[in-house]
Amino acid sequence: MHIVICIKQVPDSAQIRVHPVTNTIMRQGVPTIINPYDLFALEEALKLRDAHGGEVTVLSMGPPMAEDALRKALGYGADRAVLLTDRYFAGSDTLATSFALSQAIAKIGETFGTPDIVFTGKQTIDGDTAQVGPGIAQRLDLLQLTYVAKIASIDFAAREIQVERRSEGGTQVLKSRLPCLITMLEGTNEIRRGSLQDAMGAARSHVLKWNAAEAGIEDLTKCGLRGSPTVVKRVFAPTPRAEKAAQIDTAEKTLRDVAEELIAAILARQPALEHELAFNNGA
Amino acid sequence: MSTANPPRPAAGRAGIKKELPERFKDYRHVWVFIELERGQVHPVSFELLGEGRKLADKLGVQLASVVLGPPGEATWYAVAEAFAYGADLVYIVEAPLLADYRNEPFTKAMTDLVDTHKPEILLLGATTLGRDLAGSVATTLQTGLTADCTELDVDADGSLAATRPTFGGSLLCTIYTLNYRPQMATVRPRVMPMPQRADKPVGRVIQHKVSLAEDEIVTKVLSFLPDSQSAEANLAYADVVVAGGLGLGAAENLQLVKNLARTIGAEHGCSRPLVQKGWMPADRQIGQTGKTIRPKLYIAAGISGAIQHRVGVEGADLIVAINTDPNAPIFDFAHIGIVTDAIRFLPALTEAFTRRLSPHSRDKLAS
Ligand SMILES: Cc1cc2nc3c(=O)[nH]c(=O)nc-3n(C[C@H](O)[C@H](O)[C@H](O)COP(=O)(O)OP(=O)(O)OC[C@H]3O[C@@H](n4cnc5c(N)ncnc54)[C@H](O)[C@@H]3O)c2cc1C
Repeated sequence: MHIVICIKQVPDSAQIRVHPVTNTIMRQGVPTIINPYDLFALEEALKLRDAHGGEVTVLSMGPPMAEDALRKALGYGADRAVLLTDRYFAGSDTLATSFALSQAIAKIGETFGTPDIVFTGKQTIDGDTAQVGPGIAQRLDLLQLTYVAKIASIDFAAREIQVERRSEGGTQVLKSRLPCLITMLEGTNEIRRGSLQDAMGAARSHVLKWNAAEAGIEDLTKCGLRGSPTVVKRVFAPTPRAEKAAQIDTAEKTLRDVAEELIAAILARQPALEHELAFNNGA
Repeated sequence: MSTANPPRPAAGRAGIKKELPERFKDYRHVWVFIELERGQVHPVSFELLGEGRKLADKLGVQLASVVLGPPGEATWYAVAEAFAYGADLVYIVEAPLLADYRNEPFTKAMTDLVDTHKPEILLLGATTLGRDLAGSVATTLQTGLTADCTELDVDADGSLAATRPTFGGSLLCTIYTLNYRPQMATVRPRVMPMPQRADKPVGRVIQHKVSLAEDEIVTKVLSFLPDSQSAEANLAYADVVVAGGLGLGAAENLQLVKNLARTIGAEHGCSRPLVQKGWMPADRQIGQTGKTIRPKLYIAAGISGAIQHRVGVEGADLIVAINTDPNAPIFDFAHIGIVTDAIRFLPALTEAFTRRLSPHSRDKLAS
């Protein structure tokens, strides 16, 4: 059994600052992390490996420093790591990214055995698109199971899988076939702490670094900026609202008075609400 | 997973529009996918029709809807609703295997329709269904797709300008798909206002046949478990929302938010840290990675107003903020602010509303 999981190294966006004058992202000193959603997928992959045997290969596309993220994944217990890195990939949008990753997955399949499952996280915290997973599935002609909250059962011999998939207003229980691509929802499992043995192994183990040619990519026009149909024309900060909130003064007033003043202020601005609130209240 | 490199400011190639390749020259009209699942049209489809109308008018083209569903009343009801919300024509694919959403048949039906009827713009809701479908349709068609847009426009040469938050909402970027067709975008529910519903006579329907056979579709839907607390699904569409943040200090204090919400018939929500702490379920989270809301009244108690929260509530008509810190960023976009302890103030506000709303107390006061 072979599982490939795609992870991305992302800036810890909670700590990102925007330059006040140039409106660009200030990256200096911003720590990087494994995209948090990918960790749920990684944990799921490792659980399956532990239960059924086989191997887990982690794959990432990014600059050379993305090796750190892969080492972390090895520290959690992944068996092998591949970093797809080449200047030709710079500026890839989701279509170009899914192209490069799908080519690398095909190469991983040829080299180490065809994957039974390809995992990704639901989305990344920097791009937020949720498009790369479906893109990879489409390119590799894999069945796609997105927003998976739970793998209910899996039968590697019969090539069958059952999952619970989050959808609008409920959960779909789906039966499908292997191989497939799964995008994992957040909060689906408890992420393990890597064992000391894994951590030591990770420090020693080798991260395979592939450039475009090594990943078997011949058509470079499908990579990077050239292979990206979408172009970013403008990046800007949201416009601040002109005036600040009108303050209700609380000094020397009882809370009761402040509350009544607030209700009066709300209804002065939105008279229709009086009816609405009363109506909602069933009064 | 997402782009390998974050979007950069306009430079070099990004500004270049080439001559559109010959094969795309007859791509015309704006399409909106009508999300129909389990007999229900998702309201985001109507919000998109409102926006699609504006784009189509600017381009001087028609606004079309795509309805994919099983043969029957619900599917035709969706067609009628699409007209009522502004579609000029509707493409419909009816097949029993389109009853429950599955990626394979929906992707097949949609790509087939696009290849046959060639739209220049295709819009879908950024729901779980819409994002699942849009990703594989765009890859199959080898075209650009911009996710989770908050603003759509067409520029002087008729290209779709799709604006979306990036870096967790700290910045916005405007994205174009210049040399490929269709130009695809998904838009989150509640970002666009609901358009006026008109009782328009039924328009033109184009029925499309797709060769789909159930035994060719590998994935099967075994069952569907609806959300037990159906109210949870209503947060995005509630007229009044009360939300609590980390400033409430303890899980127990969320009861104060729920009490106020119940008193005024509102839905309750929260900021993200409360979900991370397990104080509230994830579908109550409001903001960039939670729900976008568009209520007539939003009351935020103990919420700082970080950009990721702000983008989820900006569409509210009236924002009231209760926060102990006079410099909290929420006061930069709230309409009415009160600098006070929410834990003490919420009960007082609940009581004041009770007095105001209860007809009995009103009678008593009058007598
Ligand atoms: C990728 C990403 C996505 C995110 N998505 C979301 C999202 O969807 N939604 C979201 O909300 N956040 C999101 N966040 C988190 C966001 O950046 C903030 O951390 C979060 O909104 C802060 O929540 P808060 O205001 O409740 O808490 P805090 O920032 O801790 O603020 C608490 C506020 O309460 C006030 N306060 C303290 N005590 C009291 C009191 N007794 N009475 C009244 N006020 C009091 C304080 O002055 C303070 O302003 C995201 C972050 C990232 C990085």
